[in-house]
Amino acid sequence: MATPNFAQDRDSAPAAIEVRNLVKRYPKSASNAVDGVSFEVGRGEIFGLLGPNGAGKTTIIGALTTFIVPTAGSASIMGFDVAHRPIDVKQRIAVVPQQSNLDRSLKVREILTFHAAYHGTARRQREMLADKLLEELGLGDRKNEKVNRYSGGMSQRIMIARALMHEPDVLFLDEPTNNLDPQSRLFLWERIRDLNAKGLTILLTTHDMDEADRLCQRIAVMDHGKILVNDTPRELKKLIPGGTVLEVRAYARPTESTRAGELLIAALRDMPGVTKVDEVADDAPEPTQAGAGQFGGPGAGRSPAPVPPQSSAPANEPGILSYRVYADSANALIGPVAQAVVSCGAEVRDLSVKQPTLEEVFIFLTGRHLR
Amino acid sequence: MADTISPPLPITGARERTGGRAGLALNAFFAMLRRDLVVTGREFIPFLLQALMQPLFFLFIFGKILPGIGLAAPHFATLMLPGIVALTGMIAAMQGVTLPLVLDLGYAREIDDRLLSPLATWWVPLEKVLFAAIRGTIASSVIFPLGWLILSTGFAVRSDRIPTLICMVILTALVGSTIGLLMGTVIKPEQISLMFTLIFTPLLFTGCTYYPWGALGNVRWFQVVTLFNPLTYAAEGLRYSMVPPFGGHDFPTLGVSWILVALGTSVVLMFLLGTRTFLRRVVS
Repeated sequence: MATPNFAQDRDSAPAAIEVRNLVKRYPKSASNAVDGVSFEVGRGEIFGLLGPNGAGKTTIIGALTTFIVPTAGSASIMGFDVAHRPIDVKQRIAVVPQQSNLDRSLKVREILTFHAAYHGTARRQREMLADKLLEELGLGDRKNEKVNRYSGGMSQRIMIARALMHEPDVLFLDEPTNNLDPQSRLFLWERIRDLNAKGLTILLTTHDMDEADRLCQRIAVMDHGKILVNDTPRELKKLIPGGTVLEVRAYARPTESTRAGELLIAALRDMPGVTKVDEVADDAPEPTQAGAGQFGGPGAGRSPAPVPPQSSAPANEPGILSYRVYADSANALIGPVAQAVVSCGAEVRDLSVKQPTLEEVFIFLTGRHLR
Repeated sequence: MADTISPPLPITGARERTGGRAGLALNAFFAMLRRDLVVTGREFIPFLLQALMQPLFFLFIFGKILPGIGLAAPHFATLMLPGIVALTGMIAAMQGVTLPLVLDLGYAREIDDRLLSPLATWWVPLEKVLFAAIRGTIASSVIFPLGWLILSTGFAVRSDRIPTLICMVILTALVGSTIGLLMGTVIKPEQISLMFTLIFTPLLFTGCTYYPWGALGNVRWFQVVTLFNPLTYAAEGLRYSMVPPFGGHDFPTLGVSWILVALGTSVVLMFLLGTRTFLRRVVS
């Protein structure tokens, strides 16, 4: 596992979030909603909880925010046990829930100032802070309206502003971008990164693999109340056996291309760490395109998990050879593959490494069946 | 729009500035109370209309029209006015807490903001109850000038038991708000209209609002039934402190100490039960 940058804080101060063997069984339920979960979130980290519906994510957030009493095990925030020191915990956390729970009887600015008043912030300071946050979140000109008139994206922004009013140490975001348009989502992502850069610890839950990939320094994938894996997005993607892909395009003279292709395919299959080699048509859709790297569009990663094409009949222009090589480490194969192409009497046109998406990891870990 | 967002975490966070645990809780408590008062103040006229429309017509029909056309004794208004004060205060207090709580706990969850404030969770229902009692007390108080206007010569209130009267008005509002708390925590949003009918109607008609308890002597079983309704004690308490002596005799009511015991017990019991169900609803 990669060393997170908060390691130096560990000796001096307790972790931002610490969960030890947490169990929650609801009354009349046959199984545990959360079943012996342990994890730790360092100060200043963005930590993602991923999992299908009913995996136990919201229950964990409930336990960490004092709304749910653990059946067994313990959880603490900034060193304060959630069950025994709830008031200390409440002072240090802020929660942005899935659905708006804004106080609709109040005007937007009052939502912020009253929130701070509940937390004991003095009048002058809470008014200054409210104006500042409203400005920064682009709500300055609507501060005297009531919430009813706001869209989902605006409600979300108000909830974030409200969450920051009492200067929390840990922010909980429960599926923050679930119902947002792409603009609001991008805006929110920027704010989340800003806040984190200023030292706020953030725990977020999401189904959106792209979101998790972009924001989280570490991710725990949950299912059936248990954490299956807990690691950096980069490491998680290595979990899929032969999960990285090297795509190679080469050119051989049309008269020699059939033989060159046979030689090349054999050479590729012999290389260390290679699990599969597919011959592909040039115009075939690229299975891993959606979440390639970290820079896909906002919609990336939400398409169904791609299935590698089963030896689709190559229909390339004469002389073009195109293969997809699945391997444990595609990067290590770049040199050998280039050499192999040349030694088969062809020339390299294109070589590229594709990362598997978190979505593939997720499906790999939790299966395809519906919840 | 600025490029960056405000930093959380300057070293002097709210928690470092504020005094001890109790100070913090009181601070939050009064901020919640202020929030409720601000919201009610903003819709004060609708609040008054909601609380007063029904008692206004009751006073007019039963206190003015019926005696006027000879269908009720002239002093009927004097006996009914305390009942109307009790009913108005109790209903206004209940309305101040029940419906908001049902919606909040059902799906709106607007109350989460207060549940995450730095105080023990039971302070939140306590604030709700106190605030609703303030509403009830205001609504009850407005009945006096209204009654004076509508009943004119029929308006008669003794002036030598004002402290008892104030105490009864406040207790009545507290009875209403604590019942409201319990109802608000047990009723589900989809049951609202049914529950209001099932609870309000019997409460209204078995509560000795339109008749004095003593007059029920001939219908003994019903007289016993009314003793299970806190509104009976509220109405009788207000009769005790409002109805002027007639022919040198105080108007006979339930004993005032029994009234105080019953009202006090109801407040404590309903608050404890309501808080228990409240906590069960918000912490699982």
